[in-house]
Amino acid sequence: MWEYTEKVKDHFLNPRNVGEIENPDGVGEVGSLACGDALRLSFKLDEKKKIKDVKFKTFGCASAIASSSALTEIIKGKSLDEAIKVTNRDIADYLGGLPEEKMHCSVMGREALEAAIANYRGQKITKEDFEIVCKCFGVTDREIERATRENNLKTVEQVTYYTKAGGGCAGCHPKIEAIIEKVRAGMEKEAPPAKPERRKLTNIQKIKLIEETLGREIVPALKADGGDLELIDIEGNKVYVALRGKCSFCPSSEVTLKQYVETKLKEFVSDDIEVEEVRP
Amino acid sequence: MAPEVLEAMLPYFSEFYGNPSSMHFFGGQVQRKVNVARDQVADFLGADPSEIVFTSCGTESDNAALLGALDSYPEKRHLITSRVEHPAIGNLCSYLGRKGHRITELSVDRDGRLDLDELKESLTDDTAVVSVMYANNETGVIFPIEEMGEIVKEKGIPFHTDAVQTAGKIPLNMKKSTIDMLSISGHKLHAPKGIGVLYIRKGTRFSPFIIGGHQEKGRRGGTENVPYIIGLGKACELAKKHLEDENTRVRALRDYLEQKILEKIPNVLVNGDRKSKLPNTVSVSFEYVEGESILLLLSDLGICASSGSACTSGSLEPSHVLRAMGVPFTAAHGSIRFSLSIYNTKEEMDYIIEHLPPIIQRLRDISPFWKDYLKAQGKG
Repeated sequence: MWEYTEKVKDHFLNPRNVGEIENPDGVGEVGSLACGDALRLSFKLDEKKKIKDVKFKTFGCASAIASSSALTEIIKGKSLDEAIKVTNRDIADYLGGLPEEKMHCSVMGREALEAAIANYRGQKITKEDFEIVCKCFGVTDREIERATRENNLKTVEQVTYYTKAGGGCAGCHPKIEAIIEKVRAGMEKEAPPAKPERRKLTNIQKIKLIEETLGREIVPALKADGGDLELIDIEGNKVYVALRGKCSFCPSSEVTLKQYVETKLKEFVSDDIEVEEVRP
Repeated sequence: MAPEVLEAMLPYFSEFYGNPSSMHFFGGQVQRKVNVARDQVADFLGADPSEIVFTSCGTESDNAALLGALDSYPEKRHLITSRVEHPAIGNLCSYLGRKGHRITELSVDRDGRLDLDELKESLTDDTAVVSVMYANNETGVIFPIEEMGEIVKEKGIPFHTDAVQTAGKIPLNMKKSTIDMLSISGHKLHAPKGIGVLYIRKGTRFSPFIIGGHQEKGRRGGTENVPYIIGLGKACELAKKHLEDENTRVRALRDYLEQKILEKIPNVLVNGDRKSKLPNTVSVSFEYVEGESILLLLSDLGICASSGSACTSGSLEPSHVLRAMGVPFTAAHGSIRFSLSIYNTKEEMDYIIEHLPPIIQRLRDISPFWKDYLKAQGKG
């Protein structure tokens, strides 16, 4: 049994905007009966070229129906330029999240939207322009590349969850692996790895973390040189320590403190830490 | 679980906690009760008590049977099974295939039936064991196990069957059977989950899968799970009593439910040969809708069914059983199964019959393919 959020259940049990618009401005259809899910999306624009009405019909599981319903609610009232920016993440987030194995339902929503807008604009997206990597589910390299980039996917299993590619005979797994590698190599070039985002610490967490870091990263190294260090107090971002043992006589203790202890605490606790020495 | 089973089990969690393998009187009285349970299981299967080995589940029984046979015939590298086995056999065989054994998987036709000629042609001097399930867990189709056993035994090859889905549904009598090894599981007999049996015919070459102490006459190491064994014994006694009810009243309920579904809902396929089916199973596929959606809407009404559709399992393809049968792609994703038991009533069938048609209609109204289909039929 899947763990669906209340919002998914609600959109499954009471789907919004079910149906097909007569004389629509754009229609998009993705998926198939054989693949186990499909979505047909149609919309009509108002005089300001904003989406006035949008309807869907979906064949698929609860999360596919809920994702389609959510998509229609998200794009209603948006201009096409705004709508085209909607990602599969936006759909999943709108629903309070989807089980990872079901993320392909949100991707299907996004693809149907894109197809419908292309249909309105008279553009053609044909699968023939791209290589079909997964023959079981007819997934192209373009679709896999994009899902990998936008959702920061790392494994073949994840690609299957998001695009269904590789979920059948598994014959295309090496190709998918190569695509992941290519995309990730490109991503790293574009953006140097950002510093891991730190969540905000409570005072207690901060104090604990400082103690842990001193105990693990700093004290053993000082002790190896016959020195030691004692945590005296913490006030905001200021950490007061006293040097013990050999360190307390060491002329380079000023350097030790600033360079060594502070660097470590900045690395493991917070960037704004300042270390001050308390003289006996 | 049957209330009588729970009642029989409870004293063995508290009052009688002795270890049946101990020499003292306290273990001895528990040993005697374990023997009674063994007699009950043997009686249910038409077997000798010495042929009953208690295990932890059906999967363990299956693993023990196949690996025990392979270990007993180390020079043989070939196994025969079917394409529609439960994963307990199916995945084990895939694993053995990766480890260098040769696996033949017998195919099924559109009605889920096996072909005896294919079995005959597949047997070789290198075949160590043949394992085919007694009845399929998804469709309920009963296979011609005795005839298969005869063909296999002619060649002197051991024959195993996974009867987890079968035991308690149709009569089994090992005294008049060609089966060498047979697996059953407690939870399908209203005993608890976590207990199983491997029947091993006297004279069958076997070596233990779980290696340890002398328990189960050296055929399965590990301290006996006494309360569960007692529970399974009781459940077998009850199952024997209820067998007739299963084959008359439950069968009638099943036929009624199946017939009404076919009458009330268009574009439904019954999966599997209706002439040779377990009396408790309804397996149907609804065209143009998806199984998980049906299950969730049923579940919302307190009706528990299961599905061979992809989305329920986390896999992306419909079940291997439906694929092996070649169920048309318009229906493969929309299959569900109802498993009835002696505890079900006609009122419950009527409740399902009342609520299922609107659920299917509702999902078809959402499905883009239903209207297309009606249009193509000139009905839309």
